[in-house]
Amino acid sequence: MASTTASAPRASVNVGKLLTRVSMLMLGIVVVYWLGRNLISSPAQFFTVGITGLSNGALYALIALGYTLVYGIIELINFAHGDLFMLGAVFSYFFLTKFLAAEGGSARNYGLLALTLVIAMAFCATINVVIERLAYRRLRDAPKLAPLITAVGMSFILQFIGLKWNGSAPRNFTTILPNTSFEFQGVVVPYTALIVVSLTIPLLVILVTLVNKTRQGRAMRATAQDKDAARLMGIDVNKTISFTFALGGAMAGAAGLMFAQSYGTVAYNLGFQLGLIAFTSAVLGGVGNLNGAVLGGFLIGLIQGFNDGLPFGPGQKWSQTMVFTILILLMVYRPAGLLGKATTEKV
Amino acid sequence: MAKGAKLRKEKQSVAVSGESLAQQSSSQNRRWTRGFIIAVVLIYVINKFYIPVAPMQVKVAFNTWLSLTSMGEIMVFILMALGLNIVVGYAGLLDLGYVAFWALGGYVAGWLMSGFFDQVTFKFGGNPAKGLPHGIHLNVFLVLIAGGIFTAIWGVIIGAPTLRLKSDYLALVTLGFGEIIPQFMVNGENIGGFNMTNGSKGINPVDNIKIFGFEFGPFALADKFLLYAALAGMMIFLSLRLRDGRLGRAWLAIREDELAASMMGVPLMRTKLASYAVGATAGGVGGVAFATLIGGVYAERFNFQISIIILSMVVLGGMGNVWGVMLGATLLAWINNTGLVQIGKIFNAATGMNVDFPSFNFLIFGVLLVLMMLFRREGFIPEARVRLIMHEDEFADVSNVTDQIKLEGHHHHESH
Repeated sequence: MASTTASAPRASVNVGKLLTRVSMLMLGIVVVYWLGRNLISSPAQFFTVGITGLSNGALYALIALGYTLVYGIIELINFAHGDLFMLGAVFSYFFLTKFLAAEGGSARNYGLLALTLVIAMAFCATINVVIERLAYRRLRDAPKLAPLITAVGMSFILQFIGLKWNGSAPRNFTTILPNTSFEFQGVVVPYTALIVVSLTIPLLVILVTLVNKTRQGRAMRATAQDKDAARLMGIDVNKTISFTFALGGAMAGAAGLMFAQSYGTVAYNLGFQLGLIAFTSAVLGGVGNLNGAVLGGFLIGLIQGFNDGLPFGPGQKWSQTMVFTILILLMVYRPAGLLGKATTEKV
Repeated sequence: MAKGAKLRKEKQSVAVSGESLAQQSSSQNRRWTRGFIIAVVLIYVINKFYIPVAPMQVKVAFNTWLSLTSMGEIMVFILMALGLNIVVGYAGLLDLGYVAFWALGGYVAGWLMSGFFDQVTFKFGGNPAKGLPHGIHLNVFLVLIAGGIFTAIWGVIIGAPTLRLKSDYLALVTLGFGEIIPQFMVNGENIGGFNMTNGSKGINPVDNIKIFGFEFGPFALADKFLLYAALAGMMIFLSLRLRDGRLGRAWLAIREDELAASMMGVPLMRTKLASYAVGATAGGVGGVAFATLIGGVYAERFNFQISIIILSMVVLGGMGNVWGVMLGATLLAWINNTGLVQIGKIFNAATGMNVDFPSFNFLIFGVLLVLMMLFRREGFIPEARVRLIMHEDEFADVSNVTDQIKLEGHHHHESH
C-alpha cells in the first residue's frame, strides 16, 4: 500500500516529462519538415525571407543587449527599454529628417546619418542613465515588486513623451538609405538589410570587447557577481551601474535610428511590441548573457521572417502570437535560455 | 528617521498585539461595509426616483459628472481590481496580463448570450432580441457563472506551468498571455474555417439582461448598476472572508516569505494556483458584466493599457487592502471614463486652448505608478503588514536593527 502511494507521484512526473519531450520532438519534426519543404520547393523565396529576418534580427539583438546588460547587473527587467528604443527612432526622425532636412541618399546625407547615429546613441544613453538615477537606484534594495512596477510606469511615461512628440498617427518619410534591392540568383537582398547588418556587427563587437576586455567592463562583471564585494574592491558600484545603463541606452538609440531608416516610419507605440520581441530574444539566448542576446536576436528575427514569409505557415497576423508563445515555452521549460548558465555567467 | 521610528513601533504592535489589531480591523470593516452599502443605495435611489423628476440643470450635471454608465463601469472595475488584488496584493504575484481574463469573460458573454452562433438555436432563460431568434441565449446568471468557471479553468491552465517562475519572469509570461489571448480574439474569425470571435468587428449586440421577467433594456442603467454593485459587493465579501481564512493566511505567508511559508507546510503551487484561479474568476465575471454593460464585445478594447490601469488601482489604494483597492478602483475608473474628458472640456473652454486631455492618461498612470513606488509603496490606505514588508529595506541598516533589539528588549521587560 505504502509503496504504491509513494511510486504513484513519481510515475506521473515521468509521464509528464515524457509527454513534453515527445510533443517538443514532434513540433521540432514538423518545423524542420516545413522549412525543408520550402527550401527545396522555392529556395529563392526561402533565402529572401531569411535575409529580411536576419536584418530584423540585428535590430532585435541591439535592443536585447540593453535588456540583458541591465538584467545582468541589477536583475531588473527594464520594461521601459522598448520605449527607449521608440524614443531613439522618433528622435532620429526629428533630428535627421526634420531638423537637418536629410532626405534621400547623397554623400552629405550619409555623413549626417553617421553624425545622427552618434547623437541618437548619446540621447538614449542619457535618458536611460537619468531614469536609473531618478527611479531605479532608490529601489535597489526594495522588494522585487517595487522596481518592476516602477519600470512599467516608466514605460508609460516614455510612451506619453513619444505620443506628444510624434503624434498619435505613424509618420512616414523618405529615408537616406535606399529602399531598393538587388537580386542574386533570384534571392532579393534589400540594401537596407546589408547596411543594417554591417552597422550592427561592429557595434556588437565593440560592446563585447568593452565588457570582456576593458577595466570598466571588468568592474561591470564584478558588480554583477557581487555588489558588496565589488564595493570592497574599490569599484564605484553606482557609477558602474550608470555606465551599464548608458551602454544599453546607446544600443537602443542605434537600433532606433536603424529602424527608422530601414522602414521609413516611426510611431509612438513601436516600443511595446518590439521591446517584447527583443526581450524574448534576450531570454532565448539566456538573459544576462551578451552572446546569447545576439544569438537570440538573430534567431527570433529568422523565426519571424520564416513565419511571415513562407507559404503554409501561420502567416503574418500570427507573428506576435508566435513570438510570445516562444517566450512562454522558454520561460516554462528552459528559463536559462540556449547559452545561459545564468548564475555563473552574468553579463 | 522619525518615519523609521514610527514603522518600528508599528512592527512591534503588529508582532505583539495581533489580537487587538484583528478586532480593530473587523470594526473598520463594518464601517466600510456600511459606507459601501449606503453609497450604492443612495446612487440607486437618486438615479431611479429623483433624477427623472429633477430640474434640467441637475439632470445635466449628473449625466456629465456621475453618469450611471460610468457608475456601472466603476463597479465592474472594483470587481476586477479586487480580483487582481488577490493575485498581486494577497499572494504577491505580479500579473501584467490580467486583461486576458477580462477578454475571456467578455467572449463567454458574447458566445452564450447573443445571436452570434446562428448555426444553432438554443434558449435557456435567455432573452434574445426581437427578430433574432438564433444563437445561444442563456440566463445572465448562468452566463456569469459560466464566465467565472471558464476563466478559472484558464487561470489554472496559464498558472500551472508558470507559477514556478521567479516573480519577474512570471510578470513577463502573464504579459505574454495578456497579449496572446486578445490577439487570438482579433485573428479568430477564421480558425480552420470557423468564425469563433468575429475578429476585430467584435460580437454585438449582447442580449439585454432579463431577471425574473424584468428586462433591463439599454436605458435601465439604474437597475443594471444595482446588479453590478451586487457583484462588486460579493467580491468585497469574498475578499474579506478569504483573507482571514486558511487560504488567505497562506497567501499572505507566501507573499511575505515563500521559503518560510513552504517550511511551515504551505503547499506553494496549490496555494498560488488558488489565488490565480480566484483572481481569474473575478476577471471573467467582470468581463461578462462589462459585456452586458456596453452591450457588446470588442477585441481591440482588451489591450495592455487595461492591465496596467487595473494594476494602478491596486497599487494606489494599497496592495492587499480591500477598501484601499476599492477606493483606488473608484477614483481611477472615474478619472479614466469621465474625469479626464470633462475636466478637459472645462479647461479648454476656460483657456481657449485645445488640449487633448484623454491622451494624458498614459502620463497619469505612468507617473502614478512611479511616484507610488518611490514614495508610498504601501498605497494610500495601507495595511500595517504591507507597510512593513514594503519598507523592509529600511530595516536592513545595522543601526536600525540594534535600535530595534533595544526596543524589543525594553518591551519584553515591560510586559513581564
